[in-house]
Amino acid sequence: MTKALSTMPQDGAFRKPAHFILSADRGWKQRFQLALADLREGVHLWRLIAVLGFLDIKLRYRGSALGPFWLTISMGVQVGAMAFIYADLFHTDIHTYLPFLSLSLIAWNYLNALVTDGGGCFIQSDSVIKGMRMPFTVHAARSLMRNTMILAHNIVIVIAVFAIMGVHQSLFSFMALPAFGLWLVDGFAFSLLFGALCARFRDVPQIISAIMQIAFFITPVMWNANILNGHREALFLIRFNPFYYLLEILRAPLLGTPLPAETWIYALLISSILILFSWIAFARTRGRIAFWV
Amino acid sequence: MDRFRANARPDRLLGLNTMANLTASDISIDFPLYHSDSRSLKKTILGQASARFGRDTNNRPVVQALQNISFSLNSGDRLGLIGSNGSGKTTLLRVLSGIYQPTGGVLSADGRLTALLDPGQGMNHQLTGRENIRLRGLYLGLSVSQTMELVKDVEDFSELGHFLDLPVRNYSSGMTIRLAFAMATAFPPEILLMDEWILAGDAVFMEKAKKRVEGMVRHADILVLASHSPSILIEWCNRLLWIENGQIRGDGDPMSILEQYLPPAAFRELAKVGAGP
Repeated sequence: MTKALSTMPQDGAFRKPAHFILSADRGWKQRFQLALADLREGVHLWRLIAVLGFLDIKLRYRGSALGPFWLTISMGVQVGAMAFIYADLFHTDIHTYLPFLSLSLIAWNYLNALVTDGGGCFIQSDSVIKGMRMPFTVHAARSLMRNTMILAHNIVIVIAVFAIMGVHQSLFSFMALPAFGLWLVDGFAFSLLFGALCARFRDVPQIISAIMQIAFFITPVMWNANILNGHREALFLIRFNPFYYLLEILRAPLLGTPLPAETWIYALLISSILILFSWIAFARTRGRIAFWV
Repeated sequence: MDRFRANARPDRLLGLNTMANLTASDISIDFPLYHSDSRSLKKTILGQASARFGRDTNNRPVVQALQNISFSLNSGDRLGLIGSNGSGKTTLLRVLSGIYQPTGGVLSADGRLTALLDPGQGMNHQLTGRENIRLRGLYLGLSVSQTMELVKDVEDFSELGHFLDLPVRNYSSGMTIRLAFAMATAFPPEILLMDEWILAGDAVFMEKAKKRVEGMVRHADILVLASHSPSILIEWCNRLLWIENGQIRGDGDPMSILEQYLPPAAFRELAKVGAGP
């Protein structure tokens, strides 16, 4: 055997041997192995994911003079218009309300896109899925990448508003970084979970966008959670709202508002459940997605 | 399962892992019918009594797209797939390329595999030809220098010249095929799977494409080609698999399979042309 190996042709070295066995479903052990292999292969293709996400944004605006900065402009106009109306309606000071609203709205926009656009990640990539063997995690990560690029365009507004309004930043602001990291992991989990669900049941995208619409109004995005102090029943809106905890861990450090440890604990708990569920769902559905899209 | 072991293991034990092998063992594919009305489906079943509509273990309606397909290919084999429309050729190619996980059986592949199933696959029609080649480099996980090699090779082979700097959506279908074929075969895969659209190229390009595939097969690799054209299959393949209703109807050398598959008159015509030169 050793002799045979030594006489192997030299060009065998650069010919990357590819070997794969694909068998019919053999139960959970095989499913998790395949899901893990899928993730590993996806990580190796990180350059592809980055380029695909970038192209999604670039091509959407190819030929337009301002390009992707239309994202910044339209979000800026929306934030500006809403800030003045709602500051007046809520009888709050525009100097505190504008920074709050710009950050909240942009963070919510990102979260909403992670859920709704993530849900379409496999349906949108149907031609690639049916055309070549490709890890499914690539499609989920592509959606995450695309929406994070949109966030990068919108964040300019937050920086500008914070600078103009002189929002004080301290060391506490760096707590937003682990929060953002958690959002990225959650966003990937949303894509895997809802991507498969939306591909299988074509009513789910509509249901998800309807739920996110309602969630926007019952989550303290436009209004400050303090308004509910004294309204016992309404506090339920916050207590059992997973989006509230996710928003708060990102928002509080940047706005310099207090952040109780339990908010982080709840956020981590919610994320763990989400990640666990999405991983099980992904392992279960991975072999079927190509038939569904 | 045992059959695949018997085929694949000796090669690997002897260290001959540059030998390509593609083995299908008892592969079946049931297509779920989610987006159709079960009632009208029932009508279809009762009305046509087709053998291919069935129910899976959960009593969901399915189409049995492939049933118990088994074969083994080794280096040098050029397999042609033949069969009427909807017989399962494209589904089989998708299983072989690892896109569909079989609902029964095992597929094992040894060797770098490229599937040319859809001319536009992985191409973004808004990008230029050159940008698409670079994108393909990323899809294949190539390094920067390998990607430059890929661009150079595709430029030479496709002969698209300045068109490479235009968006692919401005290409004719023949030009898209040139680009797709050149990209897929630039780094000769050890296993090449092709669907019939390759036949849309012009005669000059077809000649080039054939030379390239022949070169590939000479280097002891595997080709699987699905086509409706008997002359192409005779020219390119040394073995034919006749699929009908998702099952293997015949497996053997091209002439003998075509004799059963084609109407007698068409076969005589083909035999005459083949015997000519």
